[in-house]
Amino acid sequence: MALSETPMQRESVRTIYEKSRRGRRAAVLPDAEVPETPLEELIPGELLRDEPPRLPEVSEPEIVRHYNRLSRRNFDLDTGFYPLGSCTMKHNPRLNERVAALPGHARLHPAQDPKRAQGALELMWLLQESLAEICGLPHVSLQPSAGSHGELAGLLLTRAFHADRGEERTKVLAPDTSHGTNPASVTMAGYDAVKVATNERGGVEMDDLRARIDEGPEEVACLMLTNPNTLGLFDENIAEIAALIHEAGGTLYYDGANLNAVMGHSRPGDMGFDIVHVNLHKSFSQPHGGGGPGAGPIAVSERIEPFLPRPQVVRREGGNGSGPYFDLDLDRPKSIGRLRGFQGNFGVFVRSYAYILSLGADGLAEASETAVLNANYLKARLAEGRAGSRLPVAFDRHCMHEFVLSGRPMKKELGLATLDLAKRLLDFGFHPPTVYFPLLVEEALMIEPTETETKESLDAFAEAIEHILAEAEDDPEVAKQAPYTTPVRRLDEVKATRKPVVRQSP
Amino acid sequence: MLAAIGAESIDELFAQVPDELRLGRPLALPAGMSESEVFERLAALAQRNADADRQVCFAGAGMYDHYVPAIVDAITQRSEFLTPYTPYQPEISQGGLQVMFEFQTAMSELTGLPVSNAGLYEGPSSVASAGYLAMAATKRRRFVVSRGLHPHSRETLATYAVGYGAEVVEVGLDDGRTNAGELARAVDDKTAAVFLQSPNFLGAIEQTEALGTAAKEHGALLVVACDPMTLGVLKPPGEQGADIALGEGQPLGNRLDFGGPSFGFFCATEEQIRRMPGRIAGETDDVDGRRGFVLALQTREQHIRREKATHNICTAQALNALAAMVHLAWLGREGYRELGELLVRRTAYARERLAALKGVELLHEAPVAREFAVRIDASLDRVLDRCAERGVAAGYPLGRDYPEYENGLLVAITERRTKAQIDELADVLGAAIAAERGDFLGHGPSKSTEEVR
Repeated sequence: MALSETPMQRESVRTIYEKSRRGRRAAVLPDAEVPETPLEELIPGELLRDEPPRLPEVSEPEIVRHYNRLSRRNFDLDTGFYPLGSCTMKHNPRLNERVAALPGHARLHPAQDPKRAQGALELMWLLQESLAEICGLPHVSLQPSAGSHGELAGLLLTRAFHADRGEERTKVLAPDTSHGTNPASVTMAGYDAVKVATNERGGVEMDDLRARIDEGPEEVACLMLTNPNTLGLFDENIAEIAALIHEAGGTLYYDGANLNAVMGHSRPGDMGFDIVHVNLHKSFSQPHGGGGPGAGPIAVSERIEPFLPRPQVVRREGGNGSGPYFDLDLDRPKSIGRLRGFQGNFGVFVRSYAYILSLGADGLAEASETAVLNANYLKARLAEGRAGSRLPVAFDRHCMHEFVLSGRPMKKELGLATLDLAKRLLDFGFHPPTVYFPLLVEEALMIEPTETETKESLDAFAEAIEHILAEAEDDPEVAKQAPYTTPVRRLDEVKATRKPVVRQSP
Repeated sequence: MLAAIGAESIDELFAQVPDELRLGRPLALPAGMSESEVFERLAALAQRNADADRQVCFAGAGMYDHYVPAIVDAITQRSEFLTPYTPYQPEISQGGLQVMFEFQTAMSELTGLPVSNAGLYEGPSSVASAGYLAMAATKRRRFVVSRGLHPHSRETLATYAVGYGAEVVEVGLDDGRTNAGELARAVDDKTAAVFLQSPNFLGAIEQTEALGTAAKEHGALLVVACDPMTLGVLKPPGEQGADIALGEGQPLGNRLDFGGPSFGFFCATEEQIRRMPGRIAGETDDVDGRRGFVLALQTREQHIRREKATHNICTAQALNALAAMVHLAWLGREGYRELGELLVRRTAYARERLAALKGVELLHEAPVAREFAVRIDASLDRVLDRCAERGVAAGYPLGRDYPEYENGLLVAITERRTKAQIDELADVLGAAIAAERGDFLGHGPSKSTEEVR
């Protein structure tokens, strides 16, 4: 039972379709200005629609009010702390929105002749160069639309690379701590996913890696790795891992979800990686938009370059004393081909390039330093008091930009699951950490504060956790029934899957 | 903070990175800049693009210069929509989840299919995703694809197919539309899916239902790519036998952005609901019986199913789907239909105007909705340059993708292209062709009555 309903909880939830009334409307369209020929004279009747689709009929003020009210039913980064591990919820500078909206960017048609889109192509080329430097790899394709798209690209590049050498390899290795997208991409690229164990320091278990390779080195196409990994730990054995994989003839793929830890400090290319994807919507400040848009450019080594997707943005030297110009190179005979339409999520490129320009070389390095400092500070705060014993850190060493706690003692001693803690945090105005991931940590909580949080917001979060644990010692039911103050309380997810209702019925 | 950590310096925290892997120098990037300097730098780059405010844009080919109503910007720029992550915590994400639910409803209505996801990256990769679904549904590995499908979609499908080990067979066009006989011969019992687009890349409205019978006879899925701005007037794919209807969502509420970000929509029959790619919002109740929304059917997805997931997609294009939903609500049922009719009528007018020009003939005679193709009897590159000099982007050169249409021009119409602008296009294009052909003397850019016949 709810103790007392909040105004938002009392609101009756109605969709825009349920607010529809026949004959209401917002849009006023231009007159046709041309002969109003009956449609049947222009298009054969059997190809025409009988009834217009059942879209809502609402006025503009109603639309504004409806979506503004809905927006208030969201928690967002601009309102509060969002330590969602692996997602790098850093501040999204508003300057980036402004420059992305300039008509020269926002109103440029994607098929515009390159000679009339030189500013856009130069921007893309500059971003490619910047990412190449940050990743320590010479070539970049901006085409993939998100991290998972970059992963698929990397695996298709791996396939093309091996095929070019007359080899067909079947296995892609990834640690048991890897993001779910890794094995899903492996399957989509037609490979078999093989799990590699994690050692007691949180890194790749070298004996297991050797064993997996020894099962058939000629079958190993690739190893996918996140470094620092999803435990927030840098794998100290990376050089040896790279050597083992390269010796077996495979490629090494870097899942760049955690690049925010090492910008300007360590580069995947220098670690031995062949292919890296970069989540522009994580380290490079593109707002997440409630689930996108993002972009997942890839940086690659020389040996992978011939296979990059087409088109590739290139800088060409002008003839007859004219300066360099920028072009789309489609003439790439070994390319894996396109991964999508046109040139990629250009609007995201504008924002991320603005971010890189704003921070510069030192600023990027400092961002990573502060991200690591903030994570270690919060880890230290959570090692004190009740959290220290109820929520021990999974691997007790300095972390990079994030860390993982285990709620196992909390569950055993207080009967409180990680999910309960997460839900109770909602009542304190915090977005919970990533929960139940990585899978190898029981009752996991994965916490990534990012560099754009103050010490005060980290302290407040630690205090909220302490408060919830103290409260649970008194009465665990409080957290187990949480949240109380959110627009809705715990939702029946099983019902939504068992009998899915995925649209408004007429 | 370091004291609380028990470290001497930040550098100590980085000690886990082996020395030989430390960069040990600053990145070779410029120093940081002030906000105003960054703005000026980006504005200077933007200045060097001939955008649709500077040229009258008749280019289409999947992305169109539609008017995006002001409320779309006002709503999508709200922090509460702009800055959250994917709604993993539904209790504090009801706004975004309800938007997904409303969006799914709208896309279902538009396409005439009962199940929609909350959106994919964009058009062509959605086509490739349909291939992956069709393989899982039929356990077959062969795709039959119309040459009328967007060239980027065909190429993306082929790229993905190499990964999942499928074969792609292409079927040609006949007077602008998919060759029905060739299609029927190409489809066999090993075919997983038949891919059509309507209106197709040349603007022609396909006879989807008739073409689809070949797929039905052989147990293959029928996948139809469509332009969401035409579905106010054209028969929806779901009423023509499509198992999957999908497409590029940019025309709905999204700006051109040189190609992205936009979104892909993806709708299917009930039978495919558990094989769908991407997020799907579903309706449910909270513990007190209040209506609410959650991510439904998550057991399809990578974060749960890992290598057995139906797709690898995670971050998609939620904000772009919101823009589409707001645009559709703004248009409403009547406005959406009226807009479709407006496009058809202005397109018919433009097609007639251009076909009357000397040195221009229709590339096909098939019915069209909002885009049509002509053949120019002159070097198209130079004609387009001449038009650009006069502030008109006359269209998309088909020779980029179709060697058989070397001087083919694809012309797109939106509600922003007024009659006056269409007349201007005819004048500018006619003059450019005349100049290229050297027919200055005594002849205007229009065909004589004789030639028109």
